[in-house]
Amino acid sequence: MTTLSIDHVSRWFGNVVAVNDITMTIGPGVTGLLGPNGAGKSTLINMMAGFLAPSTGSVTLDGQPVWRNERIYRHIGIVPEREAMYDFLTGREFVVANAELHGLGAKAAQKALATVEMEYAQDRRISTYSKGMRQRVKMASALVHDPSLLLLDEPFNGMDPRQRMQLMDLLRRMGDEGRTVLFSSHILEEVEQLARHIEVVVAGRHAASGDFRRIRRLMTDRPHRYLVRSSDDRALAAALIADPSTSGIEVDLAEGALRVQAVDFGRFTALLPRVARDHGIRLHTVSPSDESLESVFSYLVAA
Amino acid sequence: MYDPTVARLTYRALLGRRRALILGALPLLLIVIAAAVRALAGADDQTTVNVLGGFALATMVPIIGVIAGTGAIGPEIDDGSVVYLLSKPLKRPTIIFTKLIVAIAVTMVFSAVPTLVAGLILNGNGQQIAVAYTVAALVASIAYAALFLLLGTVSRHAVVFGLVYALVWEALFGSLVPGARTLSVQQWALAVAHKVAGGDMITSDVGLPTATVLLVVVTVLATWYAGQKLRSLTLAGEE
Repeated sequence: MTTLSIDHVSRWFGNVVAVNDITMTIGPGVTGLLGPNGAGKSTLINMMAGFLAPSTGSVTLDGQPVWRNERIYRHIGIVPEREAMYDFLTGREFVVANAELHGLGAKAAQKALATVEMEYAQDRRISTYSKGMRQRVKMASALVHDPSLLLLDEPFNGMDPRQRMQLMDLLRRMGDEGRTVLFSSHILEEVEQLARHIEVVVAGRHAASGDFRRIRRLMTDRPHRYLVRSSDDRALAAALIADPSTSGIEVDLAEGALRVQAVDFGRFTALLPRVARDHGIRLHTVSPSDESLESVFSYLVAA
Repeated sequence: MYDPTVARLTYRALLGRRRALILGALPLLLIVIAAAVRALAGADDQTTVNVLGGFALATMVPIIGVIAGTGAIGPEIDDGSVVYLLSKPLKRPTIIFTKLIVAIAVTMVFSAVPTLVAGLILNGNGQQIAVAYTVAALVASIAYAALFLLLGTVSRHAVVFGLVYALVWEALFGSLVPGARTLSVQQWALAVAHKVAGGDMITSDVGLPTATVLLVVVTVLATWYAGQKLRSLTLAGEE
């Protein structure tokens, strides 16, 4: 069990506050750190990785401080966003060097290269690698000492869809193995696909935390939209609009469905099946039409 | 204190194609000058002192020191690849000390060896001049490597500052303002050379005891401070 604790952390550069009083706990499994560009994600990750001192607050890994504590890196693997990585070495030489710096040998390096499926190009110079290959070799260098915490800064940037899927599979596997995996992204569908748990940072502040569907529900002052198909759409619409939990219903003839806007999430989800049963209406489809991370995010940014 | 992997990475970065060419150019120039002078003017002690003191020790050694010292760490900090060293359970002073050893070795090879060769060409080590300047170059290599490694750790413009120091302070200012010479690595090295050669062919404005103390103090302090700076090196995000 590896837990990374960020406790009332702020970081400012001169007059600019990059991270503003953030408290969060990152546990085992895959966590997505989500926020628009310039939200302070990289600053936060740099503090988690011990590359930047918090102006106030503390970052600890299982109680051990991360800043100015070299020994902590036995437990942390880091995949930085920046490209530069000793381009004059071959992939194998690079990963072997990383293994040696951990006091390990070529065997550990080879295992890590196999994990990221880069053995086929390991003897080519890094300068000849594509973006995705670089990313995988960076991954291998971060995995070489079998860390319990993996920090990745924008790992999917510039990857093609196939490479992205491979890396997602790998990260999922790492999370399933019980590692604590945290990756940052400004792209919602990446986070949505990979992480059930998200931490949202907007303008240096911690905007939300938890399961993204739950976060969506927490925002009760926002209308929730559902697409409903039933055996009798008009009768269902009439019954639903009578209840104050529903603020609007549209009969979408083209879709052959109802578009329902609910203002009270809890009450509406209890109401819908009861109303249907009472009126003898069969529900074919009930799907939240805006529960994508995109909409969660835009609410958070607007709030 | 010394990590062979850090050393290997530093050597390979320093002796990469382009930098090796720059490192090799000045020594080559020195040897060409030495050969030309010898061919045109014959063997002469004073000319040897002029060439080795005026070009080798005053210009070539500090410039090689700048390239090797700042190049041992500056580019890694600039492009961010230093993160692969910093994210390891390695003591920061170990990284600095290892890079210092590499920078010293490279500076010595590219400055002291050509100085010896040029000296032998110029007057065949008459009056111990070639050996004296070689020792001076070796001694100066240590101090320059430490100073410029520190500069590479603290500044993004290390090469510019280093060259300004090497060319303006050591070569120009030092020869015009007497007081500045006391604080010149070149003069400290000359004090050592004076001791090796004996006689009055090679002179220094600084006495040997003072020079030795200053050389040691500057090297140790610069290395220690670079280690401290690396401990709190901040890798700025790209946001």
